[in-house]
Amino acid sequence: MPDFLIGTAIFVLATTALGLLRFIYGPTDADRMMVAQLLGTGSIAALLLVSAVTGLSAATDLAMVIALVAAFGSAAFAKGARDTESGEDA
Amino acid sequence: MSFALDVLSVVAISAGAFFFLAGTVGLLRFPDTFTRLHALTKADNLGLGLVVLGLLPQVDGALGALKLIVVWLLILSSGATVAQLIARRARLIARSR
Amino acid sequence: MIVAGAFDLALAVTVLAVATWCVSVRATFAAVVAFVAFGLLVAVVWVRLAAVDVALTEVAIQGGIVGVLLLGATASLRRYKAAVAERSGATQRLAVAVFCAVVFLALATAVLTLPDPAPTLAPPVAASLLAFGLGNPVTGVLLGYRAIDTLLETVVLLLALIGVWSISPDRSWGGRPLPMHSAGRADALVYFARLLPPVGIVIGVYIVWVGADAPGGKFQGGTILAAMWMLVMMAGLRNPPSVARSGLRLLLVAGPAFFFIVGLAGLAISGGFLAYPAPYAKPIILLIELVLTPSVAVTLGLLVAGPPVRDARQ
Repeated sequence: MPDFLIGTAIFVLATTALGLLRFIYGPTDADRMMVAQLLGTGSIAALLLVSAVTGLSAATDLAMVIALVAAFGSAAFAKGARDTESGEDA
Repeated sequence: MSFALDVLSVVAISAGAFFFLAGTVGLLRFPDTFTRLHALTKADNLGLGLVVLGLLPQVDGALGALKLIVVWLLILSSGATVAQLIARRARLIARSR
Repeated sequence: MIVAGAFDLALAVTVLAVATWCVSVRATFAAVVAFVAFGLLVAVVWVRLAAVDVALTEVAIQGGIVGVLLLGATASLRRYKAAVAERSGATQRLAVAVFCAVVFLALATAVLTLPDPAPTLAPPVAASLLAFGLGNPVTGVLLGYRAIDTLLETVVLLLALIGVWSISPDRSWGGRPLPMHSAGRADALVYFARLLPPVGIVIGVYIVWVGADAPGGKFQGGTILAAMWMLVMMAGLRNPPSVARSGLRLLLVAGPAFFFIVGLAGLAISGGFLAYPAPYAKPIILLIELVLTPSVAVTLGLLVAGPPVRDARQ
């Protein structure tokens, strides 16, 4: 079980890191924001798996903070991008 | 009993990892911003949700389980809101072209 | 373990790739998003190095504060299109590249030639941590052995805020910063700004509280509280406060002032600045953290809100 959990953590992290390719290609800024969001969720999943294996509750706390900051950051970026691009909201 | 729980965990976590892979593949391969957004939210909701479901039998203590569920609920709500905001912005850009 | 080595290598390569792309991309917004993603990856590096306190601070500051600050800077830059379009000359860029390379080589040499085993104070610190009653050695060092550094950091944060305020035009001194939301209200964001802050405040206070025994502490918790406040401001539910309000200024100063008073009391009671009397060390440390958290939160929130540009009446 521990090996399986660690292996899944690495797999999830590697998969979401693959999404970074969209970072380079993504034509619009919205695509890049989506990649950042996916990276956040992937690292949360990996952290939760690691925390279950090692029993470190600090990793779960870190996952909680990442979730909170990702939520706040994505909202800020989605809103801020709108303001910078087109001025006032239509 | 604990063997059954372990099997449940392995199945749920594997399914969650599969949805993460599906989300990434969708993000890379779908043709349009909106379809990519759809793939992303599947990875958020189902991928993380199944991983959390699979980890619930593995953590001991109510506080640990509560933290897992809080994390999942946070990502659910933020994913939904951010999907709305990103879609709105993408539609604005598409309209102005 | 081969798997661990391969994972570390892949992580290092990814971090470098994202950093290179962030520096070389032209569009400012894409660079800011890349910077935040880079911070997330570096947080994974910190976890791999077993420094979860640093990872917490990295995530909170990079994702929450710096990301929004850079976004505001991007928005301001768009008004000065000529300055953005201008590119620095080739000699200047070459000089910067050489300087960065020299710094990188110096750091790499320093890290690679560390004596092995490295001379460290960790064992004596861990042994005497019991005197504080704390379970987290990082908090013990930050608020026990090197409390003077933490005190000076909080003062530096205040000075940074005063620096930001000093950019405002003379006639706006004492006014409000620019509101952080645009005219059109996105209902999803307003709903989110009503839903998230209560949860965020609970998590922020929890992080401050758990910092005594596990990774956490006042700085990470204060940053989370500041992020929640900024979310409320960005959704348009509240405007940034006028910087002349005495209650606000009192809140800003209360944390560092309390810390300073504890230090002076230590001089009087225990014979050294910031020396804690032995049986009361842990309660004093917890109290300092609790009083500092609102000050840090308000300071960071106002740092991002920016200098006052409007009259206080509006």
